Amino acid sequence: MTREQAKALIGERFSSAQVDGDAPTSAEATASRPIVVTLPVDQWTAFAQFAKTTLGCRFFSFSSAVDWKEQGLEVVARIDNLDDGVGVMMKARLGPGVSACPSLVPVFRGAEWMERECYDMFGIQFEGHPDLRRMLLSDDWQGHPLLKSYAVDTPHPPYR
Amino acid sequence: MEIKPPVPQIPAPIWRNIKDLQEWEQTHQRRPEGDKHSQLFESVTEGIHSFPGGFVVTTVADAFLNWARKSSVWPVTFGLACCAIEMMATFASRFDVERLGMVPWASPRHSDLMVVSGTVTIKMAPMLERIYDQMPDPKWAVSMGSCANSGGPFRHGYHVVKGVDRVIPVDVYVPGCPPPPESLLNGLLLLQDQIAHFRKTGRRALPNPKVD
Amino acid sequence: MLDTAKTSKVEFDYSGGERLTMNMGPQHPSAHGVFRAILTLEGETIVGVDAVIGYLHRCHEKLSETLTYAQYPSIASKTDYVAAMTSELAYVMAAEQIGKIEVPKRAQYLRVIMAELQRVASHLLWLGTWCMDMGGALGGGATVFLYCIRERELILDLFESLVGARLLYGFYQVGGTRYDIPDGWAQKCRETINLIDARIGEYESLLEDNPFFLARAQGVGVISRELAEDVGIAGPLLRGSGVNFDLRRAAPYSSYEDFTFNVPVETGGDCFARYRVRMVEFRESIAIVRQALDRLPDGAISSRPGLKSVAQIRIPKGEAYARVEGPRGEVGCYLIADGSAKPYRMKWRGASFSNLAVLPHIIPGHKIADVVAIMGSVDPVFGEVDR
Repeated sequence: MTREQAKALIGERFSSAQVDGDAPTSAEATASRPIVVTLPVDQWTAFAQFAKTTLGCRFFSFSSAVDWKEQGLEVVARIDNLDDGVGVMMKARLGPGVSACPSLVPVFRGAEWMERECYDMFGIQFEGHPDLRRMLLSDDWQGHPLLKSYAVDTPHPPYR
Repeated sequence: MEIKPPVPQIPAPIWRNIKDLQEWEQTHQRRPEGDKHSQLFESVTEGIHSFPGGFVVTTVADAFLNWARKSSVWPVTFGLACCAIEMMATFASRFDVERLGMVPWASPRHSDLMVVSGTVTIKMAPMLERIYDQMPDPKWAVSMGSCANSGGPFRHGYHVVKGVDRVIPVDVYVPGCPPPPESLLNGLLLLQDQIAHFRKTGRRALPNPKVD
Repeated sequence: MLDTAKTSKVEFDYSGGERLTMNMGPQHPSAHGVFRAILTLEGETIVGVDAVIGYLHRCHEKLSETLTYAQYPSIASKTDYVAAMTSELAYVMAAEQIGKIEVPKRAQYLRVIMAELQRVASHLLWLGTWCMDMGGALGGGATVFLYCIRERELILDLFESLVGARLLYGFYQVGGTRYDIPDGWAQKCRETINLIDARIGEYESLLEDNPFFLARAQGVGVISRELAEDVGIAGPLLRGSGVNFDLRRAAPYSSYEDFTFNVPVETGGDCFARYRVRMVEFRESIAIVRQALDRLPDGAISSRPGLKSVAQIRIPKGEAYARVEGPRGEVGCYLIADGSAKPYRMKWRGASFSNLAVLPHIIPGHKIADVVAIMGSVDPVFGEVDR
């Protein structure tokens, strides 16, 4: 499974996905650059399942989110095929005001903790997550810190 | 036309940290009065001390008790973050702390000293307070590292307590990020000097305005 | 006279089905840091683990949006504070990838030397604390701990003569490294690693001839290959479960392709397999340091020397995910730059965060005493977990 084969398979199965849409932004050697796939949100879990079974990407590296202010949130995940050295970086824009996304937990067990952290930091509700609660902050914390609308030095009496 | 040379001006001092100092004055924990000995003990020692010649007894007893206390301070292993690694290095073979009588002990109920090494976060602060409360009197606290002193490099983070002295009263502050074991040993020796100055009623030495 | 009618009766149920919830709290003697595990026990066997983390959440990702590329590498060390060089390397490499900044060959070799020395130091601390956890601080576990700390201090002396700091350094900057090695450092380094090489053999024989150690490490905490890949654990945990994946081989960074070294892989998946992987990694890291010292090229140590102000480095728009093979696994930094002196978003892929995620899957079924052995072999560092 080379990078080109993987790209071809993705292209024929997910026609609405943008594969390597932006100009290559990393200076890594071409062979080890990840395939950046920008998807619509409803194909999130389906693409992950496809990558795991067909492309052989069984290693779940991480999943996170980015807050693009007016354009809304974007979820990012990276999965790798360790044997062939092919990496896939999945991205999906949620759109302004939307904070719901299908969960990757049915496909990869490692997504459990990563998605809990995304919920904690961004407030994204993952549908299908077995146990969505706060991970790093206490359960009664108000607000989601990594959103751009949250100030870094928010006071929290009596400790700060 | 005469051009006058510029007169050198001594610039006015810029007080940069006055706001932080005021914040510290308002928020740091102070030790409660009379936290060392019971009323009965204090009245007995007052009686002995006021007896003519009684001061010999109290000062000798004082010196002996304070020597015993300072030579056997048992720290509770309360390592939170990076400073914990340096604290472990201090307790280990090269910068041995056991020669000072300090045996690191896991249970707070049997220890005298809490070395808060690492960043105190808002989630951890109640646990820290609980461990400190479980320690029996007399107890001391050493704030190790800049995170425990004042929040350190993470001071502006939303989840970081601006110094452990907002949670517990602190006796010695050891600066550094992380303080190398030599600094921590210096701080522990300063603590031993403080313990040696426990006065006869068990009240701690008042801060010396020239030094503190 | 005791009024038996009024004394309450306490019923004990020893049918074996009752479960006890026990808290292995954020402060416990096994020296790994602030981790809380709420264990559900049936007798002495654990049936459920709820891992509560976040007691060291220091807002790295939010703070990085307020600090410039020149200021942040020193803060980056505080994620994986036992192997601080690797965390800094991930951040700096991500910035260099976006900005397409070349790193001179000498700087790359210096980075390799420091990364491998850091790996040796981190594994020494791992071995010491793991054996101390299994043996008890006063009950003989401190033997290996004190020996390993003695060796680790020698390496930290090397770092101190190079950077000035023992544990947390600001050695890297975008474009290369900040300091060059002083005279006599290479000779001192060779002597140190020769000494450590000899002593590793002693510790191996000390431990592997000990039936208690073998009983506590073999067969405990087995991670299957499928679980390992699914959860996303990396490093010695992955290689101990039979997956031959090392970033230094698969996606070489910073001139790792110039060095010859073996990647140890064990198929056992238990604590003993991970122990064997790390012991072989010691020797391989020492071999890499020797090769790098022999072939260290001359030249500049940074392509952007002379950093005068904190906002001097501006990275153009783009994003990159740089990964580094740290002692605990894949440490990654996903950086989105927007053309200014500060990043737009930075995500740490902490190796220990993913490694810890495997605990709720492997601990149930073991006894309480095995939790300590498993946690030690997973080797978490909570700066990386909580960031």
